[in-house]
Amino acid sequence: MLKPRFLSTAWPDRDHRVWIGHEVDRVDGVLKATGLAKYTYDINRPNMAWGKFLICPHAHARVKRIDVSRAEAIPGVRKVEIIQGEGEEILFHGDEIALVVADSEELARDGVRSIRVEYEVLDHLVDERNLDAIPRDRLRPGGRRRRGNVNQAFEAPTTLVVEGEYGIPMITHCCLEAHGVVAEWESEDRLTLWISTQNVSGMSGQVASAVEVPAGNVRTICEFIGGGFGSKFGPDRWGILAARIARELRRPVKIMLDRDHELLTAGTRPSGFARVKVGVDRETGKVLAWQSTLWGTGGPGGNGTSISVTPYIFTGIPNQSREAYNVRANVGPRRAWRAPNHPQGAALTMTALADAAAALGIDELEFFLKNVDLTDRPDVYTQELLVAADLIQWRKHWHPRGEGGRGPIREGLGISMHTWGGRPHNSECHVHIHPDGSVDVQLGSQDLGTGTRTVIAMVVAETLGLRPEQVNVQIGDSRFPPSGASGGSTTVGGVSSSSRRAATDALEQLLEKVAPSIGVRPADLKVSQGFIVDKNDPSRRISWKQACRQIGMNPITGVGRQPDPEDQPLASQGVGGVQMAHVAVDVETGIVRIKRFVAVQDCGLIINPKTARSQVYGGVIMGIAYALYEECIHDPITGRRLNPDMEFYKLPGVGDVGELIAHLMMGKVTVRTPDGREITVDYDEPGVIGLGEPPVISPGAAISNAVANAIGVRVPHLPLTPDRVLAALAQKGGLA
Amino acid sequence: MRPFEYASPATVQEAIDLLGPTWNDAELLAGGTDLLSLMKDDVVAPKRVVSLRRITSLKRIEVTPTVVRIGALVTMEELTQAPEVAAKFPSLVIAAGGVTSPQIRHHGTVGGDLCQRPRCWYFRAGYGILATGADGQPLVPRGDNRYHAIFPEGNAYYVCPSSLAPALAALEASVVLQSPEGERRVPVEEFYRIPRTNEEREYVRQPREVLVAVEIPNTGLKNATYEIRQRQLLDWPLATASVALRVDGGKVVSARVFLGHVAPRPYRATAAEATLMGAPLDEERIAAAARAAVQGARPLSGNQYKVQLAATAVKRALSSLI
Ligand SMILES: Cc1cc2nc3c(=O)[nH]c(=O)nc-3n(C[C@H](O)[C@H](O)[C@H](O)COP(=O)(O)OP(=O)(O)OC[C@H]3O[C@@H](n4cnc5c(N)ncnc54)[C@H](O)[C@@H]3O)c2cc1C
Repeated sequence: MLKPRFLSTAWPDRDHRVWIGHEVDRVDGVLKATGLAKYTYDINRPNMAWGKFLICPHAHARVKRIDVSRAEAIPGVRKVEIIQGEGEEILFHGDEIALVVADSEELARDGVRSIRVEYEVLDHLVDERNLDAIPRDRLRPGGRRRRGNVNQAFEAPTTLVVEGEYGIPMITHCCLEAHGVVAEWESEDRLTLWISTQNVSGMSGQVASAVEVPAGNVRTICEFIGGGFGSKFGPDRWGILAARIARELRRPVKIMLDRDHELLTAGTRPSGFARVKVGVDRETGKVLAWQSTLWGTGGPGGNGTSISVTPYIFTGIPNQSREAYNVRANVGPRRAWRAPNHPQGAALTMTALADAAAALGIDELEFFLKNVDLTDRPDVYTQELLVAADLIQWRKHWHPRGEGGRGPIREGLGISMHTWGGRPHNSECHVHIHPDGSVDVQLGSQDLGTGTRTVIAMVVAETLGLRPEQVNVQIGDSRFPPSGASGGSTTVGGVSSSSRRAATDALEQLLEKVAPSIGVRPADLKVSQGFIVDKNDPSRRISWKQACRQIGMNPITGVGRQPDPEDQPLASQGVGGVQMAHVAVDVETGIVRIKRFVAVQDCGLIINPKTARSQVYGGVIMGIAYALYEECIHDPITGRRLNPDMEFYKLPGVGDVGELIAHLMMGKVTVRTPDGREITVDYDEPGVIGLGEPPVISPGAAISNAVANAIGVRVPHLPLTPDRVLAALAQKGGLA
Repeated sequence: MRPFEYASPATVQEAIDLLGPTWNDAELLAGGTDLLSLMKDDVVAPKRVVSLRRITSLKRIEVTPTVVRIGALVTMEELTQAPEVAAKFPSLVIAAGGVTSPQIRHHGTVGGDLCQRPRCWYFRAGYGILATGADGQPLVPRGDNRYHAIFPEGNAYYVCPSSLAPALAALEASVVLQSPEGERRVPVEEFYRIPRTNEEREYVRQPREVLVAVEIPNTGLKNATYEIRQRQLLDWPLATASVALRVDGGKVVSARVFLGHVAPRPYRATAAEATLMGAPLDEERIAAAARAAVQGARPLSGNQYKVQLAATAVKRALSSLI
């Protein structure tokens, strides 16, 4: 990049921000609401053929014979590709056996139905909830960690020891837009790929090597995506097959997964189950010791929840002994799922800690406050705990565990805490200022629905003294300069840094052009509300349009990169968050309702609080979903997934989520603690940090804790469905 | 979905003529909210689909002094909006309103609700209505049966999906079936039966019969339904109870109690009815009736909880009447 010479890229301070930190509507909101936004699913090309998969109906099987002749004989079926043929071992229900490409979707389905496959059905494992029942050959060690001396800590007379088992099942991403692709060859060696992806710039290379053309010959387009959540980074089988078969047939090929196939094959979140023993000091309420055996599955490869997240956040517990196992199960393979490992970590840790607090007989809020120094960011968590407690009216509604009333409806409160990285990814941005005054911003990024377009428009508008709608943001095309994949909450830090630098670079060039006509040095100029103004004499100014007319024939192009070793950092990483749930449990039906849910979140300098808050709402709703409803249900006999649909793979509707309160920590915040200390944190200071993932981490634990508080007993496994709630109550000895 | 012929007759008689002697010959199409999924999932594959949409005579609600007759094509939404139904049969309105998706309420019809096929996940995945495994034995008792029957019958472990059926059965309603042989009336209570094979249907309607209407006698019973579902939207009830009573001189003189979503047909809780008879409807009696309602339940490995839900539904349905 051209190093800024007289303008600083530093984010303007609070008093000098026009757009940053202000609520701005999504620039593509109207497009989405009216259907003008085109998703991969909406792409239909002339003479396009459709592909449909035959999937394996068994959890574990060997393909003995496969006969595709009847499919091939159907008029209109153009290609039958065997993906896993005779002799192949299939490891989960839903894995692809064959692909049929035909003139229409219906014909492709007819083709799929007429393929005959004979399987040898093999033994399966689909239930990993009971560690003792898992055959040894299905277990792989997942690590061991020790610190201090847990036994000594547990045995000390001042220690209260609390034991429990906790679990969080495998779930899927359930992207509303299924995975899929349209592949079209412009010529023998030039391919255009419309693909639903979180990885526009990184896609072409992956596909190009598979179809043996230069990477630059593959153009990837994804303007809008209907959800990815970590499951859409690669081209997948369908991407590669669509590209290959489109070339062979010399016509565009579209493959979109059906809902069942999407839920079966396109990614799962690993399960996590843990037997946990916690030791707390009876006097001080401090956590002294943690012992855990963790196990879980991420599919046939094992890879359950990582040992690194138990205990979660409270990593400073002085005595620890933990071990983990990975279970190789015949279930859909894992993919990164929004904040990989963290929701499991929270669900297994915050629950065990809350049980310790209840056993001690102390207020859960007080307990977490007492123990924040076992985390990496005690000040932030203290502030966030206190802010959240205010918003949920903790003092008013809290009661000791189980004292949630007499009638059938019992209320309770629960807490959870989380962290995330959110470092900026690599990104390059070009800002073009045209002689007519229009501004184009180009980056090979993508907007997962988080508001990326809007944020880029705001940053460039802020930098150039324009309004966001005057900035034309172009993303979603691999022809634009490369940006990282949108995973790990890395996007906003990456694209805001690169677009800030690119816009600054472009502006410098513009100021250099126009300075002589105003009769000042470029460094004496600034932008303000559509004008270029002499800092020393604001009456000397020209409008943006007038200024741009002096550009000449070719547009000015500013270039910005993240990282930029020559420039100060504009983004960083590391956030905290606290969530609290207020629930009502019907102890006669086991049904849990959310009354109010508070999410307090920091994420550095917030560019658009409106879309940031939307991210928090979305994360919390997704969290309520896995806390109360979502699970992949497998049949013990056949090993099949029983609910690859949206009828029994349950997600909440608006009526189920209760009142959501998203509170963002912004700017300099001072909070007074109950013991009279004053804590001040400047949340803007670290620069921009990503946010997509953290809000989804805590709901499982917060809601589970609230339910335990309401009914007086822990429901050990999520989701908190009526059967589980009633079973826990029955174990306790009937109705609460 | 397999290719099929489509017909859209204008009268019931024409519709009947388009039906065949087996279920594979033709299926009737009303709102299509169930039939289309069944066809897409290849659970049914009729050669012909006969739409009822043009038959306006099936869209009427008629009230006489003795009976309220609801045409088979009346939608759930229309049912909840009809003042003559709301006033007399709140039980039915709650059941229809409980179909918790506005889209389905606007498309789904009374006839379709009664004739919809069970949602058993084994049935929908192609294992047949009796969910038969590769070894010829039923899968449900060994499998995941959290949503299945606590009052199974024979090898039938699915639950009757219709929410209207228990409410109608409690109200002593009948369905009117029309075939080439003419019309017959079957009490809703007897409309469902237990299939002996995967080829048989779970209702007594024959392939050549059209369900033309439901008739509810105008007997002035106090009635109520209570449904238990986990989510507010787009969810199936886990258990429901529909009750219809006559109270005379402070005492219950007739009582009908039906449970929904816990058995392959609307389950008549006769023990609960007996408990209620001859006594005032008070809290104590209601609690006893709720317990009695689930006497004899035979829950499976994963649906014990539904026993309590059914009892709770009975308790709450009855309590809403005092
Ligand atoms: C998410 C979801 C939730 C639901 N929740 C509930 C619920 O809580 N309670 C509940 O009761 N239902 C529920 N339903 C089911 C819904 O009520 C039914 O799908 C609907 O009532 C079927 O009516 P239809 O007119 O669309 O029937 P169609 O789909 O047209 O037909 C269904 C079946 O009935 C047959 N049929 C239709 N009309 C006649 C007739 N006049 N004579 C003879 N046979 C006929 C058809 O041949 C077909 O076999 C739910 C459905 C969904 C998708």
